[in-house]
Amino acid sequence: MAGLELTLGHYLAVSAALFTIGVFGIFVNRKNIIVILMSIELILLSVNINLVAFSVFNGTIIGQVFAMLVLTVAAAEAAVGLAILVVYFRNRGEIAVEDVNVLRG
Amino acid sequence: MALIAFYILSTVVVLSALFVVAARNPVHSVLWLILAFFTSAGLLVLIGAEFLAMLLVVVYVGAVAVLFLFVVMMLDIDFAELKQGFQNYLVVGVLVALALLAEIGIVAAAATFGGGTQFNASPGAATNAEALSKVLYTDYLLLFQMSGIVLLVAMMGAIVLTLRSRPSVKRQNIAQQTGRKRKDAVELKDVRPGQGI
Repeated sequence: MAGLELTLGHYLAVSAALFTIGVFGIFVNRKNIIVILMSIELILLSVNINLVAFSVFNGTIIGQVFAMLVLTVAAAEAAVGLAILVVYFRNRGEIAVEDVNVLRG
Repeated sequence: MALIAFYILSTVVVLSALFVVAARNPVHSVLWLILAFFTSAGLLVLIGAEFLAMLLVVVYVGAVAVLFLFVVMMLDIDFAELKQGFQNYLVVGVLVALALLAEIGIVAAAATFGGGTQFNASPGAATNAEALSKVLYTDYLLLFQMSGIVLLVAMMGAIVLTLRSRPSVKRQNIAQQTGRKRKDAVELKDVRPGQGI
């Protein structure tokens, strides 16, 4: 029956694919900070899937507790990131990431 | 049966994640992101982690994705201009992605994972939510409270960043209103006959 049932490896494969797509999205959308933030959300989602899969297949609950904390941080990060984006757009009238170099010495 | 469902869901997750990064219009990206969150919640239901799955739907779809949608629609941006250079970065992106996948593959091939095919999402309890709550409010109470503080600080940060005071707007000042005394508002005038005020 091996190969016909769900294993930890299945979930790790999906998680690895999602993580790679997230990193790929950061690289190809260098100008669009909204899509970069969405790619970060994808990466955090893959981390969550990984944590829950390990937790479930090893029969310990701690991974799911930690996944909840990751979820909290992801929500906080999205809120603050989008707030910064809105303020930046209000000041500059555009959100091109390449022009964000005012603080460079 | 579970394996068929897993393959369908995981295909949808990976494809929608690809469309998130490749879509021309960021509104479409957000919609694909919502699909990715929903299907990964389905993946979690498949192995019995129902509580985390529902949390994923509530937090990601209900809060984060809607926040993204609001911001994308609120900002008046020429997205076609932002999409320029996609082809230039594509080669680098594909190279980095392949390198990352190769690294993960090498590590995964070398490592041995426990678990096997037996899964148990709620050890020592009847339901997943019960199993989580048993440890969340006892062993991990400090972490739970700290995540609340993280959310509070994020909320305050977002408000402080985006709140702007416009001097031309008239606002209700409750302290001024309740602090008003009789002598500030009413004045008794002794009007002489035939003279007026």
